[in-house]
This record gives sequence, C-alpha cells and structure tokens, in this order.
Amino acid sequence: MRPTAAKPAKQEVIKDASMLKQKEMINAHYERLTNAPETGEKVASTFVPGNLNELLMCFDLVNNLPEVNAIQNGLRRKSGAYIMEAERAGHSEDVCTYVKSDIGMMLKGNIGPNGKPLPKPDVLLLSYTGCFTFLKWFELLREQYKCPTIFLQTPYMADGKITPNMIQYMVKQLKEDVIPTLEQVSGVKFDIDRLREYLKKSAQAEDDLVAVLQSAKNKPSPIDAYFGGIYYIGPIFGAFRGTDDAIDYYRFLREEVEERMRKGLGPVTPDGTMKEEKYRLVVEGPPNYTNFRQFWKMFYDEGATVVASSYTKVGGTYDFGFRHNPDKPLESLAEYCLNVYTNRSLPMRIDMLVNYINEYEADGLLINSIKSCNSFSAGQLLIMREVEKRTGKPAAFIESDLVDPRYFSAANIKNRLESYFQMVEQKRSGRGKAA
Amino acid sequence: MTSPTTEEIVARCEALFDDLTFSHAREWKAAKEGRKVIGHLPIYVPRELIHAAGMLPLGIMGGGDNLEVIHGDAYYQSYICRIPRSTIELGLSGRLDFVDGMLFPSICDVIRNLSGMWKTLFPDVYVKYFDTPQTYVDDIGGQFYIGEMRELLHDLEKISGHEITDDDIRASIEVYNENRRLIGELYRLRAAKPWQAPASESYLVMRAGLLVPVEEHNQILRDYVAAAAATPRPIKDNARVVLTGMFCEQPPLNLIKSLELAGCYVVDDDFILVARWLMGDVPTEGDPVENLSKAFLHNSMETAAKYEPVLADKGKFLVRAVRESGAEGVIFASTSFCDPALLDRPMLQNVLKEAGIPHIAFKYAENSGQMQPIREQAGTFVDSIKLWSAA
Ligand code: SF4
Ligand code: SF4
Repeated sequence: MRPTAAKPAKQEVIKDASMLKQKEMINAHYERLTNAPETGEKVASTFVPGNLNELLMCFDLVNNLPEVNAIQNGLRRKSGAYIMEAERAGHSEDVCTYVKSDIGMMLKGNIGPNGKPLPKPDVLLLSYTGCFTFLKWFELLREQYKCPTIFLQTPYMADGKITPNMIQYMVKQLKEDVIPTLEQVSGVKFDIDRLREYLKKSAQAEDDLVAVLQSAKNKPSPIDAYFGGIYYIGPIFGAFRGTDDAIDYYRFLREEVEERMRKGLGPVTPDGTMKEEKYRLVVEGPPNYTNFRQFWKMFYDEGATVVASSYTKVGGTYDFGFRHNPDKPLESLAEYCLNVYTNRSLPMRIDMLVNYINEYEADGLLINSIKSCNSFSAGQLLIMREVEKRTGKPAAFIESDLVDPRYFSAANIKNRLESYFQMVEQKRSGRGKAA
Repeated sequence: MTSPTTEEIVARCEALFDDLTFSHAREWKAAKEGRKVIGHLPIYVPRELIHAAGMLPLGIMGGGDNLEVIHGDAYYQSYICRIPRSTIELGLSGRLDFVDGMLFPSICDVIRNLSGMWKTLFPDVYVKYFDTPQTYVDDIGGQFYIGEMRELLHDLEKISGHEITDDDIRASIEVYNENRRLIGELYRLRAAKPWQAPASESYLVMRAGLLVPVEEHNQILRDYVAAAAATPRPIKDNARVVLTGMFCEQPPLNLIKSLELAGCYVVDDDFILVARWLMGDVPTEGDPVENLSKAFLHNSMETAAKYEPVLADKGKFLVRAVRESGAEGVIFASTSFCDPALLDRPMLQNVLKEAGIPHIAFKYAENSGQMQPIREQAGTFVDSIKLWSAA
C-alpha cells in the first residue's frame, strides 16, 4: 500500500564540521577511483577488517572497499534492489547481504556513489580476517574480474593470545607472496622505508581516534560511539589510514570533541545536539544502514547515548594500546590484522563488552543481531547472558540486517527498545531503593 | 566364525548412529583406566594425532532428526544453521560429559564461534579451535600447520600424561592409511555397482567410523565391502548422481533414502569428509607431522570451506567426481543458512554448466521432516536425465 499523505518537507540534517570534512575526503576518494581508467592509476579491492592500506599505498594502488560500497548503497537505499538482483542471479536468500549487495551492484553496471562507474580492480587483495565469508566473496569477484587475487590468511585468536607461529605465518605470507605479487601487479618496487613512513602517520591518527572514542567516558558523553562512531572510524578503517588527510581529520575531530566536552555538550545528532543524556549504552553488532537515521532517532529521542561499541573495532582495536609500529613494519601489520574485533574469540568479546560497561559506566548492553552475518551473530545470545551475569546490568536483543531493508522492522525494534529503557529505569529505581 | 551379512553390519552401524549417548565410546573409555576421548566437529582434524596419543577421536556431527533440542535454541537465532544448537544440546544435556576435549576445526564462523562458546559453557574441558592453513606452500602454510599440529600434540601429551613419539604417529598414520584404502574400496564399489552398496547404507558405515576406534571401523569396512559385493541385488533403472554440500550439518537419513526412492544412485558425495580428506596414503617414513602437513596441503579434498587459489581449478573437483564415478548429474544439497556452501554453489553451478553436467539444488536442515518436495524435485531431475541421455 502506498502512503497517501503528502511528503513531509525534507528536514535539514545537522552535521558537525568534521562530518563535512570527512564527506569531502570520501567524495574525493570516489572521484579518484572512478577516474582511475583515465588517470591510469591501478585499483586494488580489499576488505575493511585487516586492511593493509599502508602497504597498498607503497605500490601506488588506489583502495576500493566493497564493504564500504555496500554501506553507501545501504544509506542511499539502493542495496535492496541490488540484493534482489543477486538473488535473481542465483544467490541464496540465506547468505551475507554485503556480498549480494556488491554482486547486484556489479550486475547493474557497478555505479559508484558519485554516479560514475567504478573501475575493474587490477588486483583483489583478499586479506581474510575475522570472517570466512570474505573468502567466498572474493572468489566470486575473481570469477567475474579474472584479475590476480592475493590471499592473506589471518589465524583466529581462539585462545586469547597471539602466538609466534601466527606472526611468523603472516609475515611469511607478506614477504613471500603478498608483497612480490603487489610488485608485479603495480610495477612498483617495494620500499620498506616508505611503509615505515605511512605506519608512523597511521599511529598518529590512531592516537587521536582513541582519544575521541574514550571521550565517551565523560558525562555527558560528547560523542555517540556507535551511530556517530561509524563516522569517526570511516577514514581510518577505509582508504585513509597512513595519509596526511587522516592525521588532519583526526586532529580536527579531536579538537571538536574536546571543545564539546569543555562545554558539557552531548553528541551531535541529525536533529542537533542531544539535550539530556538519560541512558548510557554499550552496543554489540553492526548497525542497520538502510534505515540508519530512523534507527539512530529511536535512541536519541529517548536520550540514549551509545558510549562504546564493538562495531567500531572491526577495523582495529586501538583502544587496547595497539598502534602501527614503523620499527616492526610487517609484524605490526600482522598484529593489526590479528587484533580486529571479529578475529577475537568469544570469551575475549565478552570480556571486552563487560569492561566497556564498567569503564564507561554504562546502563547495560544492547545487541543488534544481523541476520546475515554469522561472524558477528553466532554466539551473541550467549554473549548477552554472560555480560548480564557478570555486570548485573540489563541487556537487550534486537534483530535487523546491515543492508537488506526487508529485515528492518521499525515497530519491533522500537518496542524492544522502549521496554529495554523501562528495564533500565526499573533497575535504577530498584537500586535506589536498596541504597 | 561366519562373516556378518550386510543387514547385520548396517543394523549395527545404524544402532551406533542412533545412539545419542555415545555408549560405544563410553564403554571404550571405561574399559581401561586412563583412556581419553577427544570430540571433534566437521570437517577435518588430523585424527592420527589423537590416535597416537592413545585416545579415541569422536566425530560429532550435530544431533540429527532424533534429538529433541530443548536448551540449544536459546543460544541461537533462527537464522543460524542447526548443527551448533544441537551440538550445544548434546553438551548441556550431559551426553558429552565423558569427553575430555573438543576440537573445533576452522570450517566457518559458526563453528569458530562455537569454540569460544564451548570454552565459556564448559570451562573444565580442553577446547581447541584447530586452525588449518588456507595457503598451500610448504614453507608458508605448511610451516604454520606444522606449528599448529605440534601445539596440539603438546596439549594431548599433557592430557594423556605421556609422551607421543614419532613412531606412535607413524603407526597411527598406518592404521588410518588402511582406513582410507578401505573407504576407497567402498566408494569404488558404489560407483561401479551402486545397487550393491546404496548410499544410505554406505553413509551409516561411514558414520560408524566417527564413533568407534579406527581398527574396529576398518573391520566394519572390510566386512561391509565383502558382504555388499557378494550379495546380488536387483539393478534398477536409476540415474547416477553426485551429491554435494553435505560436508557439515548432516542430512536426515531419510533424505538420502528419499533420493534413492526418487530414482537416484548416489555414486559420490561429500559426507564425513574427515575420513576422505587426505587422498591416498600418507607416507610413514620421515617426519610424520611434516608428512601429514604435506598431504593436507597438496593432496586433500576440495570443499566450500577451503580457498581455491587457482581460478581455473575452481570446481574442477566436482567435474572430476562426476567423471570418475560415471555420474550423470549433480545434486546440490546445502544446509539452510550455510554461507560456505551457499556462496560456493553459484560458482560450482557455473563450472558444471560449462562442462554440460545437469544439476539441481535444494536446502535442508538436520531435522527436516518433509521429504515430499525433495523427492519430487529429485524425481523430476532423474526423469530429465533419462530423457536427456536417451535423446
Ligand atoms: S558475514 Fe558479516 S563480517 Fe562477514 S562479510 Fe558479511 S557482513 Fe562482513
Ligand atoms: S552448516 Fe555451514 S554454516 Fe553451519 S556450521 Fe556448518 S559450515 Fe558453518
């Protein structure tokens, strides 16, 4: 049924200055990508978790991230049609919708967010971290593009530690396979000092990112570490880690956040600065992108700020101290890949969420379970129980999908959230009485 | 002593398969002081190492369609396959309380995450996520794999309380080589005379290998192959098919039977890959761990959970399976919500299309009850194969 009411006037979306800056950076990157056939620049497709941006830059390769394209298509409400297109072409309704959004986009001409066709990759860098689906995803792309495909396996951190065997394996893959093949594809000789230079820049931006994320310990938090957090991680998880642009962006962002903190302001939402911080939450799981604003609004309308989230650690867990290290360039790339959130064992994920709740003085945990993402979702119900048990704070479970609009049920999610906030209230008043 | 008949062997294997308390493994353990049992999930772990430690490797393939899942569902959303929840059920209901350790092979994110869940739920049990390489160069993936196997050996030594020597491992490789040879015979018999050794029987014989000591399984295989080859059975006008996609969560036995009833001779499949993973004999001279690594890297089965480094080789294993078994078509049977199988399927279908091999696809769950649609689909497929080959 079509709604008959007149369309509401488009509301102005409030963006902070850092968001505008980021938008410029991303637009410029997409221009660079779509102009590659004219400029002759070579393109590498690769994934966000465990991406080796600094290494790709050593070979003058432009980084194309299919996951980010899927997110862009989700935000622009194009992913639904792309997913259906992939399903028409024989893909199962059961599998990861990022993959299907990407394949559907390819089937429909591979038009990027700037309206221009994305170039064919010259190489697929399958850095396989934290999720087995990546492996199939690039096998599927390789079938289409028939371009060289480089594989880098990151062992799983099942026992909560990185062993020397893991590091040796990764460094060997980098030295004996990844780097020589990148040299071949790009025609550029590898220069380890160039890599060191980029890594030094990465570490600088990483420091500022951590300061921004940890500002949420403040009350009220000056940031939203999930909905806003997604913007904050954009450049560093994407094509900008190791660049001067990233250094500038994160310095700027940090100043902006510190300024808000000084003024005692809450996070900026699409409807302006959040007034009162009523609830502080930790969120596990990716967001929904097809109804991103509507989803976020359900939180800020209720005065709920997310103070820490696991999703903002899928491209690296910098808040535990890891920094890219120019003195140990290849080892540090390996360590980076090993550390990404979904490459951490379930007990590590539980510990992390428990610590966030304690350190950020949160009211509880909220899990957004993504229908088509086994990597995140398998085990989340146990995570929920354990975190509740260990913190004594209430947890709630909602379900949606990253980019498949068919699985976003606004009414259901809203209901769940409302009862969750009530639960938090009850818990508080219960505690109040006891005290 | 007279040799057992096929009926007797199959009945014994079916009893083992139906026994969700694993009494046979319990009895084995109780028979001698100090015996240990190490459970493992699909698809591959080097069982030779467990055997060399004097322990029993116990293959855990979920709960099938007979297990009532009471607790397991509370741990999984509806959009995740069945095998992890029924495995949790087996654990929480005490059915695995005699198991001293659990290995979770690197097959997919669900099994991977289950390893951590097991650690959390059963903190007193040895739990290892057993990582295997997806790169196949000796000096790179091989070295890593050898390191992982040595770590496992070290852990097994701790659990067993005694050293595991290279000769222990060599002896175990030998017993498993024999197992592989016998399984090879079984599959060759099936391909040559599928009416003599139907897939539904062969499946049970293979499943038994996950539940009893390998020496015992070797005898079961010997007996079955001898008995099945010797007892003439009527030949039907069936279509010969390869079944693929069943490498992890298991189909209900009824599903395999339904395919047979629909007119299929299943002449090859990817059931119980752990037993067929390494192809051919693993050499026993030299460093046995290195030999296991080399066999894994250079001479092992293909499946959706594995990365295929060479584009031109993608899916070729399936075409080979069809050619070698004389099959006329392929049935893709994949577990619902199984990313590895379902994402791989379109690529494999393209390879088959190019090779001119007919195929159909459907999904199942270990507790699927309704077989009618599958039977109809398979029946239509058989008819079309017949028409096609008659044309
Ligand atoms: S399954 Fe999840 S982690 Fe893996 S590619 Fe899909 S969305 Fe990403
Ligand atoms: S059935 Fe598929 S998705 Fe489920 S555990 Fe097995 S391989 Fe993973």
